Amino acid sequence: MTSVDKKQDSIFSKKLMWPALRGTFSKLNPVTLWRNPVMFFVEIGGIITALNFVYNIITGKGDPAWFTGAVSMLLWLTVMFATFAESLAEGRGKARAESLRKSRTEIIAKKVKQPDPSGPATEINANDLRKGDLVLVGANELIPGDGDVVFGAALVDESAITGESAPVVRESGGDRSAVTGGTRVTATENIIVQITADPGETFIDKMVSLVEGAKRRKTPNEIALNILLIALTIIFLLVVFNLNSLSSYSVKAAGQGTVVSLVVLIALFVCLAPTTIAALLPAIGIAGMDRLFSRNVMALSGRAIEAAGDVNTLLLDKTGTITLGNREAVEFIAIGGHSGEEVVDAALMSSFTDETPEGRSIIVLAKQMGSRLQELPDHAAPVPFRAETRISGVDLEDHSYRKGAPDSIVRYIEQRGGSVPAELEQKVTEIARAGSTPLAVTRDNEVLGVINLKDIIKGGIQERFAQLRKMGIKTVMITGDNPLTAAAIAAEANVDDFLAEAKPEDKLKLIRDYQADGYMVAMTGDGTNDAPALAQADVAVAMNTGTQPARDAANIIDLDSNPTKLLDIVEIGKQILMTRGNLTTFSIANDIAKYFAIIPAALTSVYPQLQTLNLMHLANPHSAILSAVIFNALVIPFLIPLALKGTRYRPMPAQKLLVYNLFIYGLGGVIAPFIGIKLIDMLVTFSI
Amino acid sequence: MQNFEIYDLIEIAALLAVLLLLVKPLGSYMARVYQGEKNLLSPVLRPLERLVYRFAGIDEQKESGWKQYAFAFLLFNGLGIVFLFLVLVFQGVLPLNPQGLPGFPLTLAFNTAVSFITNTNWQNYAGESTASYFTQTVPLTLSHFVSAAAGMAVVIALIRGIARRTAEQIGNFWVDLTRGVLYILLPIALIAGIFLVSQGVIQNFSGYQQARLVQAQNRNGAVTTQVLPMGPVASFESIKLLGTNGGGFFNANSAHPYENPSPLTNFVEIALFLMIPLALTHTFGRMVGNTRQGWAILTAMLIILVVSLGAMYWSERAGNPLIHRQGIAGPNMEGKEVRFGIGGSTLFSAGTTATSDGAVNSMLDSYTPLGGGVNMFLMLLGEVVPGGVGSGLYTMLGFVIIAVFVAGLMIGRTPEYLGKKIEVREMWMSVIIVLTSGISVLIFSGMALLLPAGTGAILNPGPHGLSEVLYAYASASNNNGSAFAGISANTSFYNLTLGFAMLLGRFLPAVAALAMSGSLAAKKYVPPSLGTLPTNNLTFIGWLIVVVLIVGALTFLPALGLGPIVEHLIMIGRK
Repeated sequence: MTSVDKKQDSIFSKKLMWPALRGTFSKLNPVTLWRNPVMFFVEIGGIITALNFVYNIITGKGDPAWFTGAVSMLLWLTVMFATFAESLAEGRGKARAESLRKSRTEIIAKKVKQPDPSGPATEINANDLRKGDLVLVGANELIPGDGDVVFGAALVDESAITGESAPVVRESGGDRSAVTGGTRVTATENIIVQITADPGETFIDKMVSLVEGAKRRKTPNEIALNILLIALTIIFLLVVFNLNSLSSYSVKAAGQGTVVSLVVLIALFVCLAPTTIAALLPAIGIAGMDRLFSRNVMALSGRAIEAAGDVNTLLLDKTGTITLGNREAVEFIAIGGHSGEEVVDAALMSSFTDETPEGRSIIVLAKQMGSRLQELPDHAAPVPFRAETRISGVDLEDHSYRKGAPDSIVRYIEQRGGSVPAELEQKVTEIARAGSTPLAVTRDNEVLGVINLKDIIKGGIQERFAQLRKMGIKTVMITGDNPLTAAAIAAEANVDDFLAEAKPEDKLKLIRDYQADGYMVAMTGDGTNDAPALAQADVAVAMNTGTQPARDAANIIDLDSNPTKLLDIVEIGKQILMTRGNLTTFSIANDIAKYFAIIPAALTSVYPQLQTLNLMHLANPHSAILSAVIFNALVIPFLIPLALKGTRYRPMPAQKLLVYNLFIYGLGGVIAPFIGIKLIDMLVTFSI
Repeated sequence: MQNFEIYDLIEIAALLAVLLLLVKPLGSYMARVYQGEKNLLSPVLRPLERLVYRFAGIDEQKESGWKQYAFAFLLFNGLGIVFLFLVLVFQGVLPLNPQGLPGFPLTLAFNTAVSFITNTNWQNYAGESTASYFTQTVPLTLSHFVSAAAGMAVVIALIRGIARRTAEQIGNFWVDLTRGVLYILLPIALIAGIFLVSQGVIQNFSGYQQARLVQAQNRNGAVTTQVLPMGPVASFESIKLLGTNGGGFFNANSAHPYENPSPLTNFVEIALFLMIPLALTHTFGRMVGNTRQGWAILTAMLIILVVSLGAMYWSERAGNPLIHRQGIAGPNMEGKEVRFGIGGSTLFSAGTTATSDGAVNSMLDSYTPLGGGVNMFLMLLGEVVPGGVGSGLYTMLGFVIIAVFVAGLMIGRTPEYLGKKIEVREMWMSVIIVLTSGISVLIFSGMALLLPAGTGAILNPGPHGLSEVLYAYASASNNNGSAFAGISANTSFYNLTLGFAMLLGRFLPAVAALAMSGSLAAKKYVPPSLGTLPTNNLTFIGWLIVVVLIVGALTFLPALGLGPIVEHLIMIGRK
């Protein structure tokens, strides 16, 4: 099985070239080209000038045939550059889709009735699996469909979709249960997977159709820009109609010269119409998706990426985003005169059935500290963690052990009529102030001590938040920690705000509150309990390791499951909009020079005085018009790399960024064609 | 020769100072009026306002959505056109007609009715020889008031749309109309009218007077007497200027000594047509709760206006080299009143074409090619610097939306203006608001220059004739109303096409502005952050100016090239 090619192919690589060239011609079909009205009109211009060329040859009247022919050819070239740009962008997506499709080879699934690996299995085709079916997967087998691991744990090679060769752990329970069809189990006892997607709706199916661009619809912003472009096109159509009247009147009034010919009118129209941006607009959107994908992010709609560019509030889960993965137990502190050993044993006892990473780190630390307990005694009744009680532990025949957040433990002890030593409060506060998380440990109705769970802030995260602040984006850390701990970590990580002791419904409420104030909110999540908040957020990024409900609620999926990706997504969203805006400005700014090339050339026979406007001193009317049309056509392929890569985004306040871009694309757009057209004119006159 | 007259500079500076001083008090006053707050004149006018509502059966508390607002606006204007048309056609049998003038011909009546209701006031007739006193004082003066108030109502509704959050209602058209007339136009027009009378503008209903000439003229026999048209001029004059209407009582318009007798009245008349359009920017700032936004738009408008005025002044001062060569030195005074000079004339002209007022105090046809070209360009920009009462600001806001949209993309955000996201609907509407007049000019002038019915009316040959046609449609499509003259426009072809241009240029953008108001009102408010593009600083002002100029230039460069520019090149002797 091949893995997806992660590296950005160089833009004009051979592999992508041929399909792109084929697409260039198939997209010339006016029925489909109609979706891009500006280019559609250029094509009509191409057809009319071609007919005119034939007419010139047959009758010998009108413009010289070579001139009409050259204009016609250039117009066709302009359209083809546009269709080529779009095909090239699509081709990159298709190449990825192709390698994905290869992973969907026929798989035989072992369907079972019960989530029990020793039960009987029937073999069926993976395509016949339906939601809710249970399948058994053994070592070195492909997982037949998207689903959740409901029994066992396995190492899974997900390189088919992420390109990452290191296998990842997938296990039942918790937030790492989701598996994707087409990925391979490398080492395991047998696992049982419950299928969560019907055939045709699986993750890979969705990815293929997305990267192929089949489902791509214009985003609202693209439509709005298109309105502007269409309006300009209509204006310029009328300008050339008007010019026709103006020149026919002027010829009569001046008693000399010739009326501007249809070919020259069409040439002027094509030069003025915003062909540059119209040609590159589809490619910009497709390439944006592709750029995201090359960073292992799947946007489920173009809208989601653009919304990402607008986001001004980021809700970030502390764990995994701001701090390194999971907290680790680093210390056991005895209180109330209990011995250190008692605390260690109680901590261990209460953690045996705790499958969370924190729980495991407690077991590890306790064993390192020499606890003699090896496993849970018989007849132990585990008490699982519940969001309401926020404590967990185990009931043995003689004792019951609990651990949990200190305030929950205090409530628990008081309910049972025990007393809480004052020392607890003091130790807890100490640990929390330092940004760590305290867990209290109890035996029956006595508090024995406190476990210190330490958070480690990711390197470089402070700088990223500072960058975001410059972009006008507010960061909010969300954590289940108590407010003291949260404040300490928030201060250290340099976030703008935090939400402590967050329950799922708190997240949802926070998002709604921000949205009611008009903020665009982005969040990342992976757990099932994140799903409602993800569904509410404007931009919802789910980790690929996340549960199925979380992935369903999201509109962007991060295959690497790296929450800081959100920052990349925001940047790419902005880049797409900026590229559109910059090329629009450039395209329109170009018109000034084109006017100065074509108007004197077209009208000089009527009023020789208009040569004054020939600022570029272009050699003669024909060379002037051809040079403008050539420049107009060539600027498209010249800008394809920019459209595919996106204009550079640097975090700086809006005002500065605008001035910077106006300087480069606005002023540059005014000046560049003056130089370009002059150079082309020199070449054209030299070669004729 | 010095290329400026110090008195002219003083006059221009004084006018700007007066206008700028008026912006804040007048703008805030208008904001209070339209928001229904207590104001300076409410003790006097509030009872009258209530009376109007009771009489007309209007519930002033009841606001409506944009569709109803637009319906009321269109209904009111439609009925106005029908009413005015009928009065003009039947003027012969109506009272106050001492000269016994007959009814208007049908196409002229259509043209005139549309012209006055759309706040264009293009006149294909000479007032003193065609319109009776009744026609001038009742329906035409009335239309001066209500067409101005209707334009103001539209922009106020648009401002409400921007200011309101997740709302459906954008106001009550009838209330806005009433308040505009009652609190704003009537009081100022009254004061201005009294002032004009004090300065010698006439106000009477007598028949035309015979005057004995001091020096007999010989025109196919001795001419010893002259007819002096009379009439209630002052009441017509003040609102014609204040409401940026511009239709003259007399054919000579504000060049006529009975309309505009002295440099002082000239100064006041210019201030009258500029004050409301400029002050509305402050009303806008007040109503959206951010006065700096209003000042930003005002600055952009003034910069274009002042630079244009400078260009026109320079061109008229420089004069015509062909005339200089004949030994007659000096600026181009042809068609200008000596009592106004170059300063008073160009200031009036720049103001009148920039505000869509369209009154004139000098003959635009006789300006130098570039001077006339600047007048034309100010209209072709879409009447936004500052444009007509109401219409100027809503058109400018259309430009603002487009400028914000492109700039927003360039900084990587879905564009927003004053906390409202600019999306598909806003783009449609602002494109319609901004480009309709340009499209109308291109189509109709293109037709007129192709068809014999159009070219037959042109009196001057060469590029100047082209300018005359272009000017006529620029004036009509932008609801300005000033004429270049030099064209016999009272033909069925021109009456009808100019009429349609006026209808198109008035109602399509106005309805689009109301639709945009409805769509903006319904939106949530997005609070600004560091990533939001500020729209009240110099960068944005500069960008807005560039957008306005680029749209105008790209649309009309060929036309201006073959009209004023080539005429200029010929005049200065380029070969």
